[in-house]
Amino acid sequence: MDAPPQDSPASPPLRTFVRGASAGVRSVFFYVLIGNYVGLGALSYEFGFSIWWMVASTLLVWAAPAQVILISTLPTAALVEVALAVTLSSVRFLPMVAALIPLFKAPGVRQRDLLLPMHLTAISVWVEGMRLVPQQPRGERVAFYNGLGVGLMGAAVIGSATGYVLAAQLPPLLAATLLFFTPMALLMSSARNARALLDRVAFALGLVVGPIVAWLSLGLDLMWTGLIAGTIAYLIHRWRESRQGGAA
Amino acid sequence: MTAELQSYLILILVGFLPSEVWRWLGIALGRGLDEQSEIILWVRGVATALIAAVVARIIVIPPGALAEVPLSVRVGALAIGFAAFLLIRRSAFAGVLAGEAALVIGATVLGR
Repeated sequence: MDAPPQDSPASPPLRTFVRGASAGVRSVFFYVLIGNYVGLGALSYEFGFSIWWMVASTLLVWAAPAQVILISTLPTAALVEVALAVTLSSVRFLPMVAALIPLFKAPGVRQRDLLLPMHLTAISVWVEGMRLVPQQPRGERVAFYNGLGVGLMGAAVIGSATGYVLAAQLPPLLAATLLFFTPMALLMSSARNARALLDRVAFALGLVVGPIVAWLSLGLDLMWTGLIAGTIAYLIHRWRESRQGGAA
Repeated sequence: MTAELQSYLILILVGFLPSEVWRWLGIALGRGLDEQSEIILWVRGVATALIAAVVARIIVIPPGALAEVPLSVRVGALAIGFAAFLLIRRSAFAGVLAGEAALVIGATVLGR
């Protein structure tokens, strides 16, 4: 029997992987990630984690918001609270991964072959992947995407280590600017992703409700803030949709 | 050694697994997911509000060196950074730069 026809003869996986990695290094996100993770590295130093733990958290969790939660709450909060907040902050991976999967459908690609590329999926990798993967031959997509993810992860590891070392050595005011980078970067990236009213209301309410809930010290303050502010934002969105629906 | 090992176990239990499970579910569900379904929209709202709470937390209860900068400066610098972001073509770079500059100037002028 003949093999099923291919889009084109496949390149060796390693060469495809390197091509993906170099696309990652040339991406604008490479520099954004370095900056972002310099802040996270400094944060992990201030909260008393080791540099190896910080790098391991980047390799294993690979989600900046979840890592900020981990680092800033682990020293004081209950483990259940940390896990709940991390899982809520990472729900976005479900629709992101689901949107990527069809791009990787090809003969011979099993579900478990997708575990590594989907682990490498973070917002930066996803955005570049949605753009670049469709341009690759079907048989090379997994290797290409793995390279892309590892290349961008490299930027995060470089940034984490740099921030950690700098925070230990800089005078307090400059160390403060490194720590301030993380909330600023989260604020700007959320504002850029906020396309709909729902996202904007949820974010603004979260900023206000967060400190109030923390001040009440009920425990689980991140989760309660998310549930309260997020549900109100969703209800406002529903109410507005139904009003527009009625007018149309 | 045991404390060191324990910190990595905790990383896997409350960091890796709670985050990774959504990637696994994404693989399992594949295409069969509607991005505009009501439950996904609600979850998006909750997750967004949670990120905002993280931002507020670092500003209100800051770690280490950032705690030496007065609260008014921290809040003011965040507002200035966001205003710069909105005014200068929604550029995150401009926003971060303006916010950081405001933090340094504010901390220097108002002292600690």
